[in-house]
Amino acid sequence: MNHLNEEQLVLYYYGEENGVPDVAGHLESCETCRQAYVSLERVLDAADELTLPEPAEDFGARTWERIAPRLAARRAVFAAAVWRWAAAAGVLLAALLAGQFYPKPRPAAAVAVADPQAGERLLRLAVGDYLERSQMVLAEVANANPRQPLDISFERERAADLVAESRLYRQTALRTGDAAVAGVLDDLDRVMLEITHSPARLTPAELERLRDTLDSEEILFKIRVLGADVRADEAAAAAVSNPARKS
Amino acid sequence: MEIDRAFVVKARSGDTDAFRALVERHSRSLFRLAFRMTGNAQDAEDVVQESFLRAYRQLDRFDERASFGTWMYRIATNCSLDLVRVRKRRNQTPVAADEPGEGVPELPSLAPSPERIALSGEVRERLAAAMNELSETERAAFVLRHFGGLRVEQISHVLECQPGAAKHSVFRAVQKLRRALEPVMSPIR
Repeated sequence: MNHLNEEQLVLYYYGEENGVPDVAGHLESCETCRQAYVSLERVLDAADELTLPEPAEDFGARTWERIAPRLAARRAVFAAAVWRWAAAAGVLLAALLAGQFYPKPRPAAAVAVADPQAGERLLRLAVGDYLERSQMVLAEVANANPRQPLDISFERERAADLVAESRLYRQTALRTGDAAVAGVLDDLDRVMLEITHSPARLTPAELERLRDTLDSEEILFKIRVLGADVRADEAAAAAVSNPARKS
Repeated sequence: MEIDRAFVVKARSGDTDAFRALVERHSRSLFRLAFRMTGNAQDAEDVVQESFLRAYRQLDRFDERASFGTWMYRIATNCSLDLVRVRKRRNQTPVAADEPGEGVPELPSLAPSPERIALSGEVRERLAAAMNELSETERAAFVLRHFGGLRVEQISHVLECQPGAAKHSVFRAVQKLRRALEPVMSPIR
């Protein structure tokens, strides 16, 4: 048997000498390899002398105390997102049935003429829900700890879904002549696309850049304003369509 | 491992007590790993917390046939590497590994006895410096092999690379440590 190489000695030290026949036997009979191994062993044993602060016995319990509130927040965000997604799907379904979003060969203008108020109301309802879900994604980015890397894989997926969904609303907004809604949706799309194309794990520097985009677009502010308008419109429309509830 | 699997199944169905049990079972070993990777107790605590938050979010992606501990090692290693990269980018030197507990005074230290420190002070100093000189992958591979007790195959899973690459990273790390330490170690009798 030839002399053992360094790799074989390292693997032997760690008990992974797979495929190397009788390393122990060779070390007993070969002074050169034994010296090399002892030298390696001394270095690697010394590595154990690096001081390690041993976590306290209750370290696990303390870790739980710190993350439990954040887990609860994540569950709430996720549950709300799922619920709102289902609600939006219901609204969309109603809209589709009404022929608003995908009318048969009739021109869009004809739909608007047929029942412009109903179409606008459906759009506002769907957009209001869409804005709330968008706000949740943006809030996750805006409120993250700026000192730490941030995993946004969940937010990226949501952003991609929202971008796909927004086209429908934007087209409808343009058809119904709601330029304000279409404009905010355009701005929101740009931000969502940036999130979608960001790395799944953001470094603090990347997070900062993304936040700068949010700031420069003033998108959270625009969403809040439009969301408040939409909710006010919904309340007014509900009062008109169901006046009995007012008294 | 069977116990972990049972807890994972329950946690997936929304049982937070089950996830709590996983946190309490694995936090301390993850802290040790994170400390070896980052060289800083406060960073290690942050890494442990962030790792469990990521794990919770990705619990559905965990393959129940795999080891939960190894999966957590992978997440914690990635979190640690993220943190180390950020620090390098900001040109901040991590707290030396022989300055335990800075900012985290409640952590008791298992420092060697004063006699042992006196005997090996220079070795430890060189070792800490050499560890900081390792590349991210070399450091991760060495920490996982030497302190984590993972086999090369497992390290390749954690680092998401080929086993040959993982093995090579361990060797390179050992070579660098030898070059740093052998000159100050007493000759073999």
